[in-house]
Amino acid sequence: MSSGEVLIKVNNLRKWFPVRTGLVQDIFSRKKRYVKAVDGISFEIKKREIYGLAGESGCGKTTTGRVIMRLTEPTEGEAFLGEQDIFALTKSQLNEFRKKAQIIFQDPYESLDPRMNIYDFIAEPLVVHKIGDEEERVANALKTVELNPPEEYFYRFPHELSGGQRQRVAIARAMILNPEFIVADEPVSMLDVSIRSSILKLMFKLRDELGISYLYITHDLATTRQVCDRIAIMYLGKFAEEAVTEELLRNPLHPYTQALITAVPIPDPTARKSKVVVSGEIPSPVDLPPGCRFHPRCPYAMDICKREEPPLIGVEDDHRVACHLVKND
Amino acid sequence: MVKAVDNVSLQLDKGDALGLAGESGCGKTTTALSIMRLLPFNAQILSGKILLNDVDLLTIDDEILRKEIRMKQLSMVFQGAMNALNPVFKVGDQIRQAIITHEDITKDSAWERVRELLSLVGINPNRAVDYPHEFSGGMKQRAIIAMSLACDPELVIADEPVTALDVIVQAQILELIRNLREKLGLSMIMITHDLSVIADTCNKAAIMYAGKIVETADSITIFKQPVHPYTQGLIANFPSISGEKKDFEPISGSPPNLISPPKGCRFHPRCPYAEEKCMSEEPDMVEIKRGHYVTCHLEKF
Repeated sequence: MSSGEVLIKVNNLRKWFPVRTGLVQDIFSRKKRYVKAVDGISFEIKKREIYGLAGESGCGKTTTGRVIMRLTEPTEGEAFLGEQDIFALTKSQLNEFRKKAQIIFQDPYESLDPRMNIYDFIAEPLVVHKIGDEEERVANALKTVELNPPEEYFYRFPHELSGGQRQRVAIARAMILNPEFIVADEPVSMLDVSIRSSILKLMFKLRDELGISYLYITHDLATTRQVCDRIAIMYLGKFAEEAVTEELLRNPLHPYTQALITAVPIPDPTARKSKVVVSGEIPSPVDLPPGCRFHPRCPYAMDICKREEPPLIGVEDDHRVACHLVKND
Repeated sequence: MVKAVDNVSLQLDKGDALGLAGESGCGKTTTALSIMRLLPFNAQILSGKILLNDVDLLTIDDEILRKEIRMKQLSMVFQGAMNALNPVFKVGDQIRQAIITHEDITKDSAWERVRELLSLVGINPNRAVDYPHEFSGGMKQRAIIAMSLACDPELVIADEPVTALDVIVQAQILELIRNLREKLGLSMIMITHDLSVIADTCNKAAIMYAGKIVETADSITIFKQPVHPYTQGLIANFPSISGEKKDFEPISGSPPNLISPPKGCRFHPRCPYAEEKCMSEEPDMVEIKRGHYVTCHLEKF
């Protein structure tokens, strides 16, 4: 996937949330404290690509998706959709941008308005953007997400639908404006296994037929393998490693990626058992360890890891890693 | 009436770990709560027996059940252990409470036992005086497991013990569970929707669908030679990080509503092999090989 037109380009993105400490401390302490949810990441997503962002809870993957969608403002950095600078958009431009970029949320039990019927819910973006042919477009969107016959779903409410059907409705709403780019934030993690693969198949179909690109946010490495063309592994707001999916899973270079992969249980009782190779749990993103963020848990930590933050370097085509153990020659 | 669990038969030998898998709403947790006799007041067990070492738990007096069976012979790790600890009591006190209620023991020696239990599950015993909010997610899960072991039970039922945890912490807890089984000779029922967790920790597996067990056997048979179309579908669609990359073959449709489950075999509306018989007649569970039970009309086996 080294060729192909770039659709999304993100440069040195940062999102820090100030920590509220109370009035007295605000006045007397010189330094403000921040949760560094996203702390300097850069990546590109190509046209028709499914780019995975994986990591443990609190690593900043969801914040990244939200910032790119301008659902929350960035602290620093740039992001482009094609030629368009996403962070420089004015309010009316942002409206246009939302026709091209959409988001699907994790929990279809919460992302649908319980008091809106399916027709109104899916047609709402059309109303906002003053686009006509509502009925036809809604029917088409429902057909695309395989809710047939569409008329039967028009006047139903979310509580009448199963989890998988709800997620299909959420996808239909994201699709109705024909976006080029979709942020999918754990779109199947709340769904049952037998439903999951049909939703993922649907995402592939939309990619193949309509040429949509995805930022696929997940904590589940086993699913990324089925879904993503490339994956980035995030740890405490930074990329630890990024590569083409199979390469990353077969040849992980960063100790954190290795730890994640060996920790995943395999659905085969004769295969290796899940193993723990790192100790402890993810530290708080407020008091980040100096040097490499992973060094307190890293089994191979050296002196330099405690002092210097390793840069993300390219080791091979499309394989980047941020670790002092890996030398670029 | 919701028939959450319908005609379920299971057998667990000493030292076995049985993985009970299925999708949400299939009756896994209800099965576990029935065994514990902890069903909510509006639930009814209409028929059946639950034998623990040949004693029928359904006929035992409540008081005896509470004093002599629960915790001492049978204990449970509840789903969402994060919220199972009481935030206003010290973790150690909560575990000690469980011991003192069930055993004739002084407070001091119960405290000693608490410290032993905590180190058994890999928590520094000095943390016994901490409150739950001072524990991380993984530590809370460990503390809950320690509590379930407080009175030396023979059988522990763990309901989704790793579901809300991150993968590295999940691996730590799975390792702990494997070690405890080995060290203490525990028998376990592990309830989960995650097949890989069963492959990782259990030697037996049972697959539930719409309140029924569709297939049960040793784990290797379930994963390598599944017979029921539902089991096959689940396994074929379960992503794995190693081995061949699979192509999805989604199971069509969605799980049925248990207020009015489909006639005949409950899986027939989604089954690719459904025959006429499947639509009208409910299949019985048959033993097709030693220890391998399947509830299906198909005669291909």
